[in-house]
Amino acid sequence: MRCAFFFILLNLMVTFPVMAADVAPAMEKSAPAASAVLENTKVPEAIGTSDGEYTLIIKDHQFAPARLEVPADKAIKLTVKNMDTSAEEFESHDLKREKVIQGNSEAQINIGPLKAGEYKFVGEFHEDSAHGVIVAK
Amino acid sequence: MFASFLLVLREVMEAALVVTIVMAATRKVQRRELYIGAGILLGILGALLIAGFTSVISNAFGGAGQEIFNAFVLFTAVVLLAWHVVWMSSHGRELTAELKSVGHDVTIGTKPLSALAIIVAAAVLREGSEIVLFMQGLLSGSNDQNTLFIGAILGLAGGIIFGALLYFGMLRIPLGRLFSATNGLLIAIAAGMAAKAANYLIAANIIPEWQPRLWDSSAFLSDDSFAGSTLSALLGYTATPSGMQIIFFAFTLLGILSMAHFVKQHAATAKI
Repeated sequence: MRCAFFFILLNLMVTFPVMAADVAPAMEKSAPAASAVLENTKVPEAIGTSDGEYTLIIKDHQFAPARLEVPADKAIKLTVKNMDTSAEEFESHDLKREKVIQGNSEAQINIGPLKAGEYKFVGEFHEDSAHGVIVAK
Repeated sequence: MFASFLLVLREVMEAALVVTIVMAATRKVQRRELYIGAGILLGILGALLIAGFTSVISNAFGGAGQEIFNAFVLFTAVVLLAWHVVWMSSHGRELTAELKSVGHDVTIGTKPLSALAIIVAAAVLREGSEIVLFMQGLLSGSNDQNTLFIGAILGLAGGIIFGALLYFGMLRIPLGRLFSATNGLLIAIAAGMAAKAANYLIAANIIPEWQPRLWDSSAFLSDDSFAGSTLSALLGYTATPSGMQIIFFAFTLLGILSMAHFVKQHAATAKI
């Protein structure tokens, strides 16, 4: 009898938070092969493409742009393109996100909805040069 | 050299925290060095493997591969920690009784030890894969490979010394108190891992955040401070936890505590 109770408790512990929530749509977009795409890309000032999609570029162990403005209270899809040959780890305590991006590759990071404010991020492998801030307005 | 020293030191310290506490929690168990050592080796091997497969993992699940993989590793560790804590709870009284009468270590069977090996492997694996990727990058770019290696070895040594100091510091605590204290720590670590795993699932858009920032305790303990990052490595502390993270933390904490409590009661009544 007690065993059944433990089993149910263990199950609840694992599945209840997931079941009770509305399951958000999973990420669908897959990261395409990057090298051909990246070769001709210049380093721009700020890139805001379509609805809620933004791009950060890593080049020479620096983020471009170092300051990215995004709308607040909105889900953001951040594409980080690493144009260096070595891997970099995008890490942000403010955004609670971390992800390793291989050299000559890109990765996607889901952010937000963000309350208005500033959210710092760094490239953990080269923290002195790779850092920036995302400003939600 | 300083950059490689710092990063390797940080990552090794994060792994050393978990390994040290596992070591301290099991100091009465025979042959646990074997299992924990095997766990460390497994973790290192796994880290090298992961570093090789990073692009494959990253591109899986529509780009959310890293997050899902990390969440999976963490949840596995949570289940194993829970099992270990519950197992120790049911056998804890026998252990202390036997130790007092006999006066030296007893063999209590090897089942929970394999769980420890995997927990240790998971901790070493996570930090190790970051180190491997970082070193790969440094080595490909720089001409100064010798100093980079020296920095990394120094960082590794520093992390191990940190772990050793922590371990021998913990050994000074009397056995009974240490047992329950480290048990409590293991439960807290498991809860923190569940919260971290929840955050990875949130990042993969699999579960919602609910309240993105339930509170902001940066004024009290900042994520960037030394204490804050230590607490983050050990217990998954974040100054701005989301509602979902708190739920996972609380559920895991209460879940393991109640299971351990019931098992202890069951073991007590069975002896009467």
